[in-house]
Formats: sequence, structure tokens, C-alpha cells
Amino acid sequence: MAVNWFKYASPQTFYPLAGRLVPLFWLLAIVLGAIGLYIGFFVAPTDFQQGESYRIIFIHVPAAWMSMVIYVVMAAWAGLGLVLNTRLSSMMATALAPTGALMTFLALWTGALWGKPTWGTWWAWDARMTSELILLFLYIGFMALQAAIDDPRRADKAGAILALVGVVNVPIIYFSVKWWNTLHQGASVSLTRAPSMANAMLLGMLIMALAFWAYSIGAALLRVRSVILERERHAGWVRELPPG
Amino acid sequence: MQWESVGQFFAMGGYGRFVWGSYAVTAAVILIEVATLVRRHRTLRRRAGRSTATDSNGSSP
Amino acid sequence: MGAAFVAVFRRDILQAWRRRADWLNTLFFFVIVVSLFPLGVGPEPEPLRTMAPGILWVAALLAAMLSLQRMFGDDFADGTLEQLILAPQPLPWLALAKIAAHWLLTGVPLTLLAPVLGLQFGLEGEPLFVLVAALLLGTPCLSLIGAVGAALTLGVRGGGVLVALLVLPLYIPILIFGAGAVAASAAGISAAPHLSLLAAGLLLALALAPWATAAALRVAAE
Repeated sequence: MAVNWFKYASPQTFYPLAGRLVPLFWLLAIVLGAIGLYIGFFVAPTDFQQGESYRIIFIHVPAAWMSMVIYVVMAAWAGLGLVLNTRLSSMMATALAPTGALMTFLALWTGALWGKPTWGTWWAWDARMTSELILLFLYIGFMALQAAIDDPRRADKAGAILALVGVVNVPIIYFSVKWWNTLHQGASVSLTRAPSMANAMLLGMLIMALAFWAYSIGAALLRVRSVILERERHAGWVRELPPG
Repeated sequence: MQWESVGQFFAMGGYGRFVWGSYAVTAAVILIEVATLVRRHRTLRRRAGRSTATDSNGSSP
Repeated sequence: MGAAFVAVFRRDILQAWRRRADWLNTLFFFVIVVSLFPLGVGPEPEPLRTMAPGILWVAALLAAMLSLQRMFGDDFADGTLEQLILAPQPLPWLALAKIAAHWLLTGVPLTLLAPVLGLQFGLEGEPLFVLVAALLLGTPCLSLIGAVGAALTLGVRGGGVLVALLVLPLYIPILIFGAGAVAASAAGISAAPHLSLLAAGLLLALALAPWATAAALRVAAE
């Protein structure tokens, strides 16, 4: 088993494998997304409290989940790359960061658009939204650090240290923001309480989350293909790739 | 089916601009990411092929 | 090991003493930033008093952050850093000595200055003591976490802005508990929970930050 695993840890063997997986994951994302949206718009009933505006959760919640999952996965790949010195793991971390940042942005954007009709304000300094904003800062810091370092190996290691420090900090930040939020009752609105969800709503949300998951994997795999080509452009196997 | 007409579907019970604003931006962000990723990979792949070509001329470093 | 710690610590303090102006600038920066707020939001005492903890803490955060680049910058430029890495003593320990020197040079003066500025904002009595206590617990965290960012950005393009981008999000819990302690005390609530959380944060940072800093220094010196 272990041998099998490590075979794909080399960029040369992983590059074609990723190429085969990308369309697969994206096809999965399209199918799941279509099912999820159908359930979300045509099966799930109107919410008796929020009306139709709640239908934003079918993208808001999956984006928010992915933003957090991707950060943890990214830190895990980066840490693996730092400890085992495997180039491919570090490349995966680099490839995941932009997609994670986009998911964070989407969670914030859709959160604001959901907040306006639901609580009457685009932005509330609520624990979840504030943490999400800080998560966006962490992604930006990771990408900025890697972009500022020319030597890719150094960029990998520096990024890994930052990602690991960040991952230790994320729960502390979340806790502190929550604490801060409960102390300032005046500014808070009771928005975290989800409406009692009909089964169809929950199902639609879960399927959409899987669709986002599949999309993110596909996007990261395609980006890692580019990263591999960039970093290994002087390697013989890259030069011998058939055009296409 | 809860929508009696297409217009009703797009109105989203008066919340149309919020719901469609969210979905439109999400779709746009995903499409832009896909387009950039595909283009970036295609460019790099082409360049990889070209480096072979220049190599055979013996002019590349 | 103790001797090495003291040697690194003394060396940093001496170097800073030779360039006093640099370190004084950090303190002036702190005072100026704090003084800008009343000019921006107006001189009414009541809003200023409620904002004072936040203003003082944000200014302390920025001042501590601005001084981070000097923590390893000169050593990186003149090759001392490589000597430290090659030294027989463990690098996290030596990094901790440099962090301690940084704290003594920025954190302690900031802590001493803060109550004076607090008076300008109408803080009196117990909140001022809590401010000092919170800064005493919080500023070492700023130096510890900041050291990681400073080490990561050594010799990197645009290091100054980058350090801010990396370090400021990580400072948020310190800001929340530090400013929260003063605000709680000003509101007549016990600040003890905030201060205990700050102390817990300090212990955690003490346990982890020197290792992360050492790892980052090794990466930078490669």
C-alpha cells in the first residue's frame, strides 16, 4: 500500500493523474450542483420566517464550510511538505489557497446579501462573519508571503510555517471573537439561530456542499498541474509532454 | 411546484436582488476561476512544448 | 545555555542603546497614533472614554508591529544570524532571548507610557491598573507572535507591509482580551477572566512561538 501511495507523490506521475481527475470532479460538481439547485429552488418549501431570501443558504453555507475545510487541508498539506520534504504536498497547499480565499469571499458576499433582508444590515460584527473575515486575511497573508518569495522551496517552507501557526490560531481567534461578541450585546443581532429546517432544505444544502467540495478539489488539482509545470519546466519529462 | 410563473420565480418573493445577487456573483467567481485556471494551464503546457522545440535548435539555456 | 541567552539578550539591548533614536521613534509613533484619535472623532469625553481601551491597544499593536523588522533584520544582513543557527545552543532558546530583548525595548516602555495616555482619555483608578496589567501580559505575546512574522519575512520583497499582513490577524485575540479587560474594568465588571485568558495566551505563545521562529529563521538563512 505504502509503495502505491508514494508512487503518486512524485510530480511526474501525479501530473497526468490529476489531469484525468479534474474533469471527473468537475462533472461530479456539475451533476451534484444541478441536483442541489433543483432541490433548493423547486423542492424546498418557502421558509415561514424568512420567505424566499433563505434560498441563499444553498450557496452560503457550503462556501463557508469549504472556506474552513480548505484552510485546514491546506495547512495539513503544507505541514506534510515541511516534515516529509515532499514537493508535491507543498504544491497542493499552494494550489488550494486561492480557491479557499474565493470560498471565503463568497461566504462573506452571500452572507451580506442574506443579512440585509434578514437582519436589515449588510454587515454585522457577529462572531461568524468576523471570523470569516479574519480567515480571509489569513488566506491573503499566506498567498502574499508565497508570492513575495522567489525561491519556490523557501516559499513552500515559509508558507507551511505560517499556515501551521494560522491553524493553531483559528480556534483561538474564533473563541476570542465569540467572547468579544457576547460581551457587546448591544451590537449583536440574533442571527446565528438557524430556522427550523425542513428536510428538503437540509438535503439541498448538503448536496450543494458536496458539489462545492467536488468543485474545489477539481480547481485545486488543475491549479496544481500548472504549479507542477511552472516548477518543473526544466525537467526532461515536462519538455517531452505532448502538446495539448 | 411552488412557482406559478417564471416572473414569480425571478422575483423570489421580493427578495430577487438578494438571492440572484448571491447566485450571480457565485457563478461569476467560479466561471472566472475556471477560465483563469484553464488558460494558465494551457499557456504553460504550450510553453513546455516550445521549450522542446527551442532545445532542438540548441538556442535555449 | 543560560550564558548564551544572557549574551544574546545583552547584545541586542546594547545595540539598541547605540541606536536609541530608532527605539524612541516607536514610542513617539505610539503617542502620535493615540493622539490622532480625539482629533478624528471629536473631543467629547464620553465616547473617548469608551473607546480608550481599544485605541490604546490598537496603537500598541501597531507600534509593536512596526518595530518587528529590527528584531532579526540587522543580524540577517551582517551574517550574525548564521552564527546563531550554527551555535551549539538550541536556536529556539536564542530566538527567545532576542524576543525578550524586543519586549524589554518596546513592550515595557509602551506599558509604562499607556497609563499616561489613558489619563488623557479620562480613564482613572482601577481601569488604569488593569491597562498596565493587561499590557504586561499582552505585549510579550505581541513580541512572540511578531517574531514568527519577522523571521518569515527576512530578506523578502516588501517585507514591511507583508509583516503587517501576516502578523495583525494573529494579534486579534490579544487585542480582544487586552482591550476587553480594560473595558470590563471601566464598566465595573471584573477583568479577571480577560487577564487569565491573556495569561493563557502568553503561556501558549511562549511554548510555541520560539519553535516556529527558529524554524522560520532556518528557512530564511538557507
